[in-house]
Amino acid sequence: MSKLRVGITTLIGLFASFSAFAEAGIDERINLAIKPFADAVAGAVFSSFPVAGVQIPFVLVWLIVAATIFTFYFKFINLRAFKHGFELVRGDYHDPKAAGEVTHFQALATALSGTVGLGNIAGVAVAVSLGGPGATFWMILAGFLGMSSKFTECTLGVKYRNELPDGTVSGGPMYYLTKGLAEKGANFARLGKVLAVMFAIFCVGGSFGGGNMFQANQSFSQLVNVTGGDASWLADKGWLFGLVIAALVGLVIMGGIKGIARVTSKIVPFMAVIYVLAGLAIILMNFTLVPSAFGSIIDGAFTAEGIGGGVIGVLFQGFKRAAFSNEAGVGSAAIAHSAVQTSRPVTEGFVALYEPFVDTIVVCTITALVIIITGTWDPSVDPSSGVQLTSKAFESAFGWFPYVLTIAVLLFAFSTMISWSYYGLKSWTFLFGENKVTDASYKILFLFFVVVGSSMQLGSVIDFSDAMIFAMAFPNLLGCYFLLPMVKRELDEYWADYKSGKLVKTRLS
Amino acid sequence: MSSVLMVGIDCSECGERAIAYAVDHARRSNAKLFIAHIIEWSPFSFSTVEENFERHKRREEELKRAHSEVIDPVVNRLEAEGLDVEGLVRHGNVADTLHELAVENGVTNIVLGRQGKSKLKKHVFGSVGSHLVQAAECPVTVVP
Repeated sequence: MSKLRVGITTLIGLFASFSAFAEAGIDERINLAIKPFADAVAGAVFSSFPVAGVQIPFVLVWLIVAATIFTFYFKFINLRAFKHGFELVRGDYHDPKAAGEVTHFQALATALSGTVGLGNIAGVAVAVSLGGPGATFWMILAGFLGMSSKFTECTLGVKYRNELPDGTVSGGPMYYLTKGLAEKGANFARLGKVLAVMFAIFCVGGSFGGGNMFQANQSFSQLVNVTGGDASWLADKGWLFGLVIAALVGLVIMGGIKGIARVTSKIVPFMAVIYVLAGLAIILMNFTLVPSAFGSIIDGAFTAEGIGGGVIGVLFQGFKRAAFSNEAGVGSAAIAHSAVQTSRPVTEGFVALYEPFVDTIVVCTITALVIIITGTWDPSVDPSSGVQLTSKAFESAFGWFPYVLTIAVLLFAFSTMISWSYYGLKSWTFLFGENKVTDASYKILFLFFVVVGSSMQLGSVIDFSDAMIFAMAFPNLLGCYFLLPMVKRELDEYWADYKSGKLVKTRLS
Repeated sequence: MSSVLMVGIDCSECGERAIAYAVDHARRSNAKLFIAHIIEWSPFSFSTVEENFERHKRREEELKRAHSEVIDPVVNRLEAEGLDVEGLVRHGNVADTLHELAVENGVTNIVLGRQGKSKLKKHVFGSVGSHLVQAAECPVTVVP
């Protein structure tokens, strides 16, 4: 109970210090204070070079090139293991002796609830408003290639995870970068350590940015939107919203009130299903418009009239939002997936193929189609409106949908925050050691950024969030290149067993 | 063919009549007796990241508790009475997992106690006994 007391005391402290400044304009002040820093970080990570007159950030090329190389290196694993991945999720190869352990389904569902969320709702709206319908095409392609990145990093995540003496498991890029590269010799071991530290630093940043501020910011924006827009009583009270969310998150991560997180983890999948069904309903209601919508997606992908930067600009928007949404190559999913129970690490790689597939190819495409079909997309729309654009698109078909969307957005944001607070904490303790002080200091910082994120304007939040999350891909993918032969060996051995029928197929009850 | 009995119990006290019935039969036919306890668990449930990382540890704890609090008291008592008895604990859907355990161990008769569930509960969730009767490959005895 003392943990709970510490948590509550901290929250009251946070609340008190903020309400002391609780006057009009606090949102602006926070925004002004953080913006220059956020802009500087974003500028560094997104340092770009010109391609056909458009500035293309190097990190984006880095992600796509890696995803393409992995796709070819593993001979289109994203296609050839697709069916087997489904069999694994369905439990066809489940060992009854392992009943009660984390199944493939559970690992995938948990990883998905960390990624499916605002990236799919707000991110797609941003991509379509900045890049036009054509951005959808590149988003789908990026999702398809990203499946191979996920396969690689999640296989490694399981292969090199740590099983601690107390029975808990710890995994992710920090571990495969150190342990995996150490297998290749002393020089690689040193490189591995450097990469792991870099990854951990960026992951902490990402957990404050995309895993936190972006989520808080967009859910607040949607809440203001449904309560009356600029006229809403809440309009200038982002800090207040932030405090409430921080309090709820704090109860879970500091107060040890796991019930809230547990309930959320059960509601989120249903919200996702409701979202997808509503999207499909709108698409079916307008099925005559579907061919022309796909037409504009294909045309837009290669022509791009009136879009800044032409085709390259469209491609850039699609790739960027896909990467932000499914996090393939970023390494975050490798943490979530590594908890699975399996003796063959590569099986979780096959299962992880479904993450970009569901997240980007299914959910993002549905969002994009709804926005395009309902004609909500308009080049003149303010791109920073993010989630509001999606909300408007759904509202044009179902007047009540913005309310449902608000609940969905709040829940998605909340579950993503809880997941990322865990990723960030694991990275933080990897850097600073595991003890009560480091643990508490990370959590307090995390809660602080919830409030900051709610108070800032979307532009700076999105830049900072993108920057930190994408930065994780530098050390992660560099390490993955060196570790490719290890994944290949696992894959070849397993695939031979699978093809020769050596694996025992069971029906899971 | 020698007979093998398996009794499914929820807790160490609540299967008394079913155990007594099975013991009686086991004595008469010199049968091997399994005492089984299933920890309700679904491979398709949703969980948080943290829960997943602690799952293995929790599972060990659950198995340990099931043995020490449910199975062992019964098994020890029956062993002292001179019966050939063994405890089984597994995670899963109660009816399906009892069926699996029966198949694995060559059980010839499954014995279950019947709990006084409300009509509504039975209507919504069904009962372990009636599910098991559908699935089992051996006779199922439900002791009221």
